[in-house]
Amino acid sequence: MPSDNFDFAMAIGGAAGQGIATPGNILARIFTRRGLHFNAYNAYQSIVRGGHIFLTTRISNEEIYSHGDKLDMLVCLNQDTMDRHLGLMGEGGIVIFNSDSIKPGEAATGVQLCPVSVKEISGGSRNKLIQNTISLGVILSLLKMDFELLEQALTLQLIKKGQEVVDENVNAAKAGYEYAKENFQVHSETVPDGLKPKALWTGNDALAMGGASAGVKFYCAYPMSPSTGVLHWFAKNARDLDIMVRQAEDEIAVANMVIGAAHTGARAMCATSGGGFALMTEAIGAASIMEIPCVFINVMRAGPSTGVPTKTEQGDLWQALGASQGDFERFIVAPVDALDAYNIIPEIFNLCDVHQCPGIVLTDLLISEGTFSADPDAINFQPEIDRGEQVTEPSSDSSYLRYKRTDSGVSPRAVPGLEGHVHVVATDEHDENGVLISDEYTNPHTRRLMVEKRARKIANVVDKIAAPQLEGAENADVTLIGWGSTSGVIKEAIAQLAEQGIIANQLAIKWIVPFHVQAVTDIVNNANHTIMIENNYTGQFFRFFRGETGLNVNGHIRKYDGEPFMPHHIVEGVKEQLTEKTNHFVPTQEIMV
Amino acid sequence: MTMPINKELIITPEKVSDYKGKVDPDWCPGCGDFGVLNSLRRACLDLELKPHESLTVSGIGCSSNFPGFFNSYGMHTLHGRSLAVATGAKMGNHKLNIFVTGGDGDGFGIGGNHFTHTARRNVDLTYIVMDNQIYGLTTGQTSPTSRVDMKTKSTPFGSVEYPFNPIPSAIMNGATFVARGFSSDTKHLTDLMKQAIAHKGFSFISVFSPCVTFNHDNDVPFFRKRIRKLEDDNHDTTDWKTAIEKAMMWEDTIYTGLFFHNKEKTDLGHLEPVLSDDVPICQKPTALTEEQGKNILKRMM
Repeated sequence: MPSDNFDFAMAIGGAAGQGIATPGNILARIFTRRGLHFNAYNAYQSIVRGGHIFLTTRISNEEIYSHGDKLDMLVCLNQDTMDRHLGLMGEGGIVIFNSDSIKPGEAATGVQLCPVSVKEISGGSRNKLIQNTISLGVILSLLKMDFELLEQALTLQLIKKGQEVVDENVNAAKAGYEYAKENFQVHSETVPDGLKPKALWTGNDALAMGGASAGVKFYCAYPMSPSTGVLHWFAKNARDLDIMVRQAEDEIAVANMVIGAAHTGARAMCATSGGGFALMTEAIGAASIMEIPCVFINVMRAGPSTGVPTKTEQGDLWQALGASQGDFERFIVAPVDALDAYNIIPEIFNLCDVHQCPGIVLTDLLISEGTFSADPDAINFQPEIDRGEQVTEPSSDSSYLRYKRTDSGVSPRAVPGLEGHVHVVATDEHDENGVLISDEYTNPHTRRLMVEKRARKIANVVDKIAAPQLEGAENADVTLIGWGSTSGVIKEAIAQLAEQGIIANQLAIKWIVPFHVQAVTDIVNNANHTIMIENNYTGQFFRFFRGETGLNVNGHIRKYDGEPFMPHHIVEGVKEQLTEKTNHFVPTQEIMV
Repeated sequence: MTMPINKELIITPEKVSDYKGKVDPDWCPGCGDFGVLNSLRRACLDLELKPHESLTVSGIGCSSNFPGFFNSYGMHTLHGRSLAVATGAKMGNHKLNIFVTGGDGDGFGIGGNHFTHTARRNVDLTYIVMDNQIYGLTTGQTSPTSRVDMKTKSTPFGSVEYPFNPIPSAIMNGATFVARGFSSDTKHLTDLMKQAIAHKGFSFISVFSPCVTFNHDNDVPFFRKRIRKLEDDNHDTTDWKTAIEKAMMWEDTIYTGLFFHNKEKTDLGHLEPVLSDDVPICQKPTALTEEQGKNILKRMM
């Protein structure tokens, strides 16, 4: 990164219930209104009160693609945070803590400890959350930012609770702000100003918004971390946007309700995580053989089974590939970031509608629960919508064949309610007319023709999808291959490697089905050294890649401890492999959360 | 080898046979399901329902082959999932008249969870279960409604489990129209179906539909001897407690007829704010308006 670049990271740590989310949101608003790029990762556990939460937020005047490697400021809301994370702070680092209840540990040279007596500053307030507000004042003061910014943000956030609450918090924040000004040294760099304001969203917001823009009229879910944010966004916006939202009794009902709604012609979608997705798989096969377009999102978390519900992993690739018995037509895509998650929903809906089959979006906690800035002009609310070949005119005869065998394999679709097109869709194998061929007489010829008809629909679909491209220098020392959410962190690792004289580029894979076999083969064959990077133990994408291309790679970097990659993990892994110390590197997560 | 016949479907039915589907039933001769199929055809003719305005949804099992034999749009879905699919379809297009057909294993075994919740939600559809107290398509195993001691292929020494009684269950779960019919009394069954279709909300008819091949305990004579109609006893259909008492009777007297009817409770579609304009969601505009996009963005800034 260039040295004139402002790149600042701060972490707030405490227990669940200590109210970390609110100061996190307030800071996010202040920074993005100022036009800074923002990336936040929240490490948390499956607990409502207690445990340890560690929210890392990184801001920069240039684009950032991960929560980064280093911390410039640490805000400790409890002793636990101090004990666990003080060791991460280096020269120039600032540590803010409530000196009434927290004892500082042994800090490294050049770390500024900033004890704040909440009791003294608040005048003995009984409000347990007041330390958060005071911390906000201290943070703004140490970043040399105007207090008015915080005053506005607090007012906006708290006005619903009444003027009294606003006043209490503004006064506390002001006291913290002034105290810091008098007692501590400010951060060495100045937060840039005057940049174009950014929008703020989570990956779950982006997935839901992508659905709304794609014209989803039926959203159904059973709550499951880390996908629940999609349900919350839809529930909140449903009435304004004329979208029906249902919470069903289980994921089996969710998937089947989606199919029912989709069959009437509405665009229908659902999101879940691996366990819920497991329950949906029979329905995905049903949508495939009945040829009903609909979209299923699997936000991956660390598995198997209940696994680690609040931690990230790219562990469900083979689950998605095998999400039905039999050969079944479906699309599978793994978006690379929040904006991509937004754009991919209308894109996959169009594919599903045109080719009349289900689509699966594979994303993970890192994207779904991360909070990111976005360029407001980059969000297109009017994406192209293609509903495919539909029959809309009533007919006076009944010669319509729902599963007509055409050259493309696609049979024009009529939905219930249209006169003269009465037919039955079936999960049993059926003929062109929807009549079962599975019960009384199985007809091997018809069975073969129907299997081939459905397969034909997606035989050449890869041509409609943009082929993956090498990002970065041509003829690099090393080509890093990843899929889905690792794209951003690999990009930052490449920048760090360049500073150390190692030229790397990236092949970021997004579409799993259809898979650009030829384009990927060409890139990999031309690479000097290839390393595959994944957030799982068994190399799920590697095994898929090898199966599709017949190629091998030179080495692997894998992480499966629940926490996402940080750029330096990849840098270390690449260096170890280029010096031939290993061809399989597993980074160690330094932060214990 | 005989192939299924692709008959032309009748667009405006004038007689019961005009409600025949593209193929004839493949049920065993004498199966109770024929009576249920004929009753629904007759009920639709009497109510002048057009085939393209109805959607018949089923799961898997002998009786779940029903949609193929009936002239309406149809969905032959997964085992146990018919009610979930039907709920989605009703929410997608509430103008459709929805029938759900299936058996006791499909509805009360594998699909039990959806039975509870569809009743609770009071989705406006008519659920007809052909209860033969046995698994037929898998060649004769115990079902959730099989009696204690019943000998089947999976309980060769007699079942040690107690049966499920769908009528009290439906009432307790919030169903607003709960009836029991008998496939050999098609006149009575047709009448129950017509009332069920006219009812706004979740209407449920459990039909004794004997399996002539695998269930030799609960055959037609067994029911004929015991069946007594609720309407002959001046049953008050608003009294859920008496309804449950009468539904539990299983010795010398087994009641058929309308057990419970709640006309007060609003169905899900009418409670759903998005449908307050009465436009089915499948017909609402797909694209967001510029105004809607701007409002979303405003909240993100």
